[in-house]
Order: sequence, then structure tokens, then C-alpha cells
Amino acid sequence: MVTTETSDLVARRARRVAERVADPELPMLTLADLGVLRGVEVGADGTVVARLTPTYSGCPAMAEMRADVAARLREAGFERVEIRTELDPPWTTEWITPAGRRKLAEHGIAPPGPVRRRPAGPVPLELSVTRRAVTCPRCGSADTEETSRFASTSCKALWRCRGCLEPFEYVKEI
Amino acid sequence: MSDDHVYLSLAEGHDDSDARWAFGTGFEDPLHGVDTAVPDGVDARELAARCLALADDALVEAQRLAEWCTRAPELEEEVALANIGLDLLGQARLLYARVGQVDGTGRDEDAYAYFRDAEDFRNVRLAELPNGDFAFSIVRLLVLSCWRLALFGRLASAAPDPVLAAVAAKGVNELAYHRQFAADWTLRLGDGTDESHRRMTAALREIAPYVGELLAVEPGFGIDAGSVRDEVTEVLGQVLDAAGLSLPADGAQPLGGSGREGDHTAHLAPLLAELQSVARALPEATW
Repeated sequence: MVTTETSDLVARRARRVAERVADPELPMLTLADLGVLRGVEVGADGTVVARLTPTYSGCPAMAEMRADVAARLREAGFERVEIRTELDPPWTTEWITPAGRRKLAEHGIAPPGPVRRRPAGPVPLELSVTRRAVTCPRCGSADTEETSRFASTSCKALWRCRGCLEPFEYVKEI
Repeated sequence: MSDDHVYLSLAEGHDDSDARWAFGTGFEDPLHGVDTAVPDGVDARELAARCLALADDALVEAQRLAEWCTRAPELEEEVALANIGLDLLGQARLLYARVGQVDGTGRDEDAYAYFRDAEDFRNVRLAELPNGDFAFSIVRLLVLSCWRLALFGRLASAAPDPVLAAVAAKGVNELAYHRQFAADWTLRLGDGTDESHRRMTAALREIAPYVGELLAVEPGFGIDAGSVRDEVTEVLGQVLDAAGLSLPADGAQPLGGSGREGDHTAHLAPLLAELQSVARALPEATW
């Protein structure tokens, strides 16, 4: 007989398994660190339902994330696993956890700053050269510049440090 | 992988639990695990037609952007253009998958992308024009991203279909970056050298007739076409003013027909021939 308490325990264990799955493109982060794993629940019939959200519409790693989460859960003994995709609300860098931000910086990738909340209505355009304060993740210098708003993946921009002269990637706010 | 022969193993069916094959065929659609019910009272034909047109705009534009790979003036710009194309391709995939669910055919994304001919595509003609020089591609990207951003901003709240609304809401964040990229380059080239200014002016003259077609597109779902037009015109005016450029108004003789009705330039068929060649040569292929 499955009591409420034991099903809570099952859910907690499933959550712990899913939370440890690494992101395929930023393997130092888990999907939970990245905010891509939106939740893990256990249904009345024992099916584990994990909810994922893509970072960008074209993120080619989505199928791999889905497969990884399902595989880890099955390996952990959960037989019935269902992965749901949540498109709404859209992913935002605000969901990257403090641990995730720390790990990014430790691996030479500048974490995103706070997302400026937009008022309702048309998205404003920035016509002046906007200087975001991005700190070099290697030497800590604030004397940095953007070299490209797009980098090896959609979620990152390419920057360069004028202090230590090293290029680095930066997870841009979205 | 049960087969010893590497190629046979590659062609073997793969299931959801095998992450190594995440980039091949045979996976479930991009809307895997999304609630796909169509709400009561939604006109399925209208929804399918509008999703298809927006997917076609995105696919064709993404293909043109991909053509810049190995040809862009700088590596950083090549990466940027490819990333923008990838975002659009992602939007196209979600929308094609939605069309297949809504139009009653149950077709998958590949059926729409690879097995329709030019006359069945509903993209605006601006998207299919050849890349031309970098100035032309930037001007085209600026206009298309301004328009798509204005439209998606409204669809996110006005679309009666939760899947289309979610695709639009997600797209807004991406398109804001695309538009910013195009606007930055417009400023740099318009306000740059005599040569870059001359090329931007020529590009604007060339696209002017196609802008009319784009702005005449009916957004549907009760969205006021005039408000989309006003936002696009205002933002474009802002960017072009700052860049010392303008969109020639009198040169914009309206073109006959519309991409939304299946009227296209001679440039779409060769674009599709390349895009579709592998899928059509080997229609049963899996990888």
C-alpha cells in the first residue's frame, strides 16, 4: 500500500536524480542549476513526470536533455517516466541558480546580470552604445568589451578582457 | 547499438533513452510532451494557415542566414548570423509541428519543410531574396526582425492558441536580440564610410517594394494590422534616422500578389531545391 508519505519520498528521490543531470553544453551545470528543469512530480499511478523548458527555441540540445533525464530516472529504478516540455513561461536567465552562477564563473564564463523588466508594450531598442558592466571571470577586471553578441551557443555572447587580454564567454540576459 | 556494422548501427532505430542520437531523425516532434489540445472555438484552419506562414518566413530566412556560413566578413558575424538563423529554425520547427497537429493531417515538421514546392510556401517574398552583400542582408534582417518582433509581441497575448502564444512569447526575447544586432550594424554601416553608406542606401532602395508586402500582411486573431505597421515604421524610422538613412517611399511601387498567397520570386525554388535535396533524394533515409 502506497501512503502519501512514501509517495512524497519517491517524489523527493526522483527529484534528486533529475536535479543531478548535467547540461549537455555546459556540463559543469546541472539542468536544475540552469533552471531548465521546472519540476518533478509523481503521479497517482507512480509515473514520474519531469518538466523541462528549452532555453532558446532553436536549442539543439533539447532532445538530448530529455533523453538524459529519462535515462537517469530509469537507471535509478523508476520504470514509468514521462518528460513534458513547457514552453510557457519562457526560460529566463533569472532561473539560473546562485550555485549555477558560481560554477559558470569558476569555469571562465561570466554569469548573466539581472534581467531588466520590460514595461508592457513594444520592446525598446537601444540606439546608444550600452555598456554593460561584465567582469572578466579570469582576472576580475571590469575593463572588458563585447566582441560579438552571439557566441558558440545562442545563450552566450563573446567578450574580451582588456586587462588580461583573454577572450571569454558571457551568458547574456534573456 | 546491437549491430556490429557501424553504418547499420547508425541507421538502426533509436529510442528516447539513447541520448547519443539526439541530433538524428526518428525523434518525436519538437512539441514532444506539450499539451497539444486545440481550445474550443479556435478556427483550426485559420490557426494552421497562420502558423504555416510564420514557419515558412522563419525557415526561408534561416536558410538565407545559413548561406553566410564561411562567407561572412568576420568570424564573429558569421557566428551571429548562424545563431540568429538557428533561433528562427527553432521557431519554424515548433510552428510546423503545431500545423501538423491542427490541420488534421498529422504530418511532421519534415513534411512541411522538405516535401512542399515553392508555390505551397507562404513566406513573404522579402525573406527569399538572395543575400546580396552584407548591407543587403543586414537591412533585410532589420526589417524582418522589426516586423516579427512587433507581431510576436501581440501574438503572445492575443493568440487564442496556447502553443502559438507560447512560441511567440519565447520568440520575443530572441527577436529582440536579432533586431538589436541588425540595428547596431545599420548604425555602423549607415554612419560609416562613403562606401558602406552607399551600399546601405542601395539595399534600402532594393527592399523598399517588398516592405509594402510585409506590412500588408494581416496578422489575424483580432490583432490590428495598423498597430503592427505603426510600430515597425516607428522603430525603422528611429534606426534609419540615427544611421543617416531612409527608406525611399516613392520607390516603393506595390508589387503584384503576395507571398502569403503563394506568389514568389524566381529565387525561392532554387533555395528550396538546395534545402530539400537530401530529403528528396533519399526520402526514406534516417540518420
